[in-house]
Amino acid sequence: MHIVVCIKQVPDSAQIRVHPVTNTIMRQGVPTIINPYDLFALEEALRLRDRLGGEVTVLTMGPPMAEDSLRKALTFGADRAVLLTDRFFAGSDTLATSYALSSAIKKIGETWGPVGIVFAGKQTIDGDTAQVGPGIATRMGFNQLTYVAAICDVDTEKGIVEVERRAEGGVQVLQTKLPVLITMLEGSNEMRRGSLTSALRAANAEITTWNAEAAGVPDVQSCGLRGSPTVVKRVFAPTPRAERAEEIGKPGMSFEELADAAMDEIFARHPTVEADLREFAAGQQEEWR
Amino acid sequence: MTDAPQKKPQPAGGRAGMRKELPEHFKAYRHVWVFIEYEHGAIHPVSLELLGEGRKLADKLGVELAGLLVGGDREELLAAAGECWEHGADLTYLIADPILEHYRNQPYTKALTDLVNTFKPEILLLGATTLGRDLAGSVATTLATGLTADCTELAIDDERSLAATRPTFGGSLLCTIHTLNFRPQMATVRPRVMAMPQREAGRTGRVVEHPLDMREEDIVTKVLRFIADRDSNEVQLAYADIVVAGGLGLRSAENFQLVKDLARVLGAEYGGSRPLVQKGWITSDRQIGQTGKTIRPKLYIAAGISGAIQHRVGVEGADMILAINTDPNAPILDFAHLAIVADALEVLPALTRAFSRRLSVNRLAG
Ligand SMILES: Cc1cc2nc3c(=O)[nH]c(=O)nc-3n(C[C@H](O)[C@H](O)[C@H](O)COP(=O)(O)OP(=O)(O)OC[C@H]3O[C@@H](n4cnc5c(N)ncnc54)[C@H](O)[C@@H]3O)c2cc1C
Ligand SMILES: Nc1ncnc2c1ncn2[C@@H]1O[C@H](COP(=O)(O)O)[C@@H](O)[C@H]1O
Repeated sequence: MHIVVCIKQVPDSAQIRVHPVTNTIMRQGVPTIINPYDLFALEEALRLRDRLGGEVTVLTMGPPMAEDSLRKALTFGADRAVLLTDRFFAGSDTLATSYALSSAIKKIGETWGPVGIVFAGKQTIDGDTAQVGPGIATRMGFNQLTYVAAICDVDTEKGIVEVERRAEGGVQVLQTKLPVLITMLEGSNEMRRGSLTSALRAANAEITTWNAEAAGVPDVQSCGLRGSPTVVKRVFAPTPRAERAEEIGKPGMSFEELADAAMDEIFARHPTVEADLREFAAGQQEEWR
Repeated sequence: MTDAPQKKPQPAGGRAGMRKELPEHFKAYRHVWVFIEYEHGAIHPVSLELLGEGRKLADKLGVELAGLLVGGDREELLAAAGECWEHGADLTYLIADPILEHYRNQPYTKALTDLVNTFKPEILLLGATTLGRDLAGSVATTLATGLTADCTELAIDDERSLAATRPTFGGSLLCTIHTLNFRPQMATVRPRVMAMPQREAGRTGRVVEHPLDMREEDIVTKVLRFIADRDSNEVQLAYADIVVAGGLGLRSAENFQLVKDLARVLGAEYGGSRPLVQKGWITSDRQIGQTGKTIRPKLYIAAGISGAIQHRVGVEGADMILAINTDPNAPILDFAHLAIVADALEVLPALTRAFSRRLSVNRLAG
């Protein structure tokens, strides 16, 4: 089966700093990584391929330097990589992103064989919307399985997939028909170490690079800023709260005294915490009887 | 740390600030809608929180607030409609069909898009739960409209446009997003970000029923089984009245027991900062913060947590925050209400003793 995995190159946000004066994001020198949630999708795709045969194509939309993340995916064992890059794509929101990606996935299917499963991460750490996956599914008319914790069964003959999906308050066991879009839950698997052979192959691999035209995107007006219904009007830093915490205790107090003082202060400041606690304690006592 | 607020608006590239006329056919779109997440016989609290927020938006716009109820059992949904009115809705749109018994993307997407296309709301809000996020993306894409995820603040600007503010870049900045030329303007909000509105007993409203117009044969995805969480801790953290949490300042997994001890005496839930999840001291469903749970307890006790912005955004809704930290300059003291500047390994057990003493004295007296 032919599987496509959508990955995104993101700044390692642990290392992002905001300029104290201009209040802009200092991206210079911030290393980029594959969106951590996408690795679970990639690993799941590789496992399915190893089990069922077929190929895994990784796809990303981004600036030319996003090639690095594709090469990384190849070292893990993906068979093919496609970079979607064009100035028309700049400034895409989730709707425009899913439009461009789904066009490219169609083209990938035409070029290298029909796509049975598209994988995406649960969400990105820079966009954080968790909407691009569902957007792709809707655009492609694929059945949508989000927050998948485990893939129980794929029957390529019958074209059936069975998964466990994290839902509110429990796990749904769902069955649906191929083709599907699946977003994987974090922790659902552990990324393999790339083999030396795939690392060597990845270093020299040809990465297919498509602009909007090559990817067969029907309408560039639906891409990038133009194709994005949402507009970022303002970016700002959170307002610090006016007052700082009141420090409890005086020098020389014992820990017991400190704790008592803190408790008194909590009870004095909040109208119901003390009553709640007494009710809770009384309830506990009931249970002990 | 105590710098004046940096609030200089920053021009974003491209069309930002530019405002085209709303296309003619969208001008008829009116009213604020909230999708009511109704599953396993109950309304998800986030939907009621959104009714509270939606009420404010509707009042500002001078329009009505509607709740959307879809599900399998008409009688149950009618009872739930009453709950919506008591939390601020003027009316409820209701689609009852056995097909909608359990959540599935396809029929729910059809239900919502049909309602939108028929009754034309200007704003549609959903909870950013696993269900809400699964649904919002396909509804927005089907309607080809804008969607802003995980908003922390919603407002109406001078031009009747929804200003949806959300954290960006790992929570270090906030951005305000508008959907200019499309309707409805869609947004999702995580549980506990908005306050629960006061319930107004006896407040009533109207019901507008609508058919689903779909057959089970049309739906490809089947629910084979539902395995309910035996361990419901996950849900409880977000809704606990008291939360005790620990951070790296506790220094070891064994010391984390001190947090659990205090939590037990208080009948509280316990949680922690993200590094503790990464180290395996706690499970990921107990992580508090931007990429974990948002909490809104009456009392939050944070021991050995520095208060990084990603942590802060998840706890700011607490009524009262007590920080225990050895560093008087830790960022958490900028937003906590009370602080004990001392070793958490000493303070936590002292608090556990103090509370049990006080509460058991009462037990003897009562
Ligand atoms: C994209 C992204 C998302 C993130 N999401 C989250 C999230 O959801 N939740 C989250 O929590 N973090 C999140 N983080 C991580 C966050 O940036 C911080 O790194 C993290 O919150 C720090 O955890 P900490 O406060 O436990 O540890 P530290 O920052 O190391 O702080 C330890 C604190 O303990 C104090 N201390 C030391 N010894 C003692 C003692 N004996 N007694 C008392 N105090 C002591 C120290 O003074 C210090 O303030 C995220 C980061 C990124 C990049
Ligand atoms: N530019 C992109 N290129 C490829 N895949 C993407 C891109 N943006 C988002 N995705 C995929 O969509 C998922 C959800 O992204 P988001 O909606 O931004 O949270 C990610 O985990 C990726 O799998």
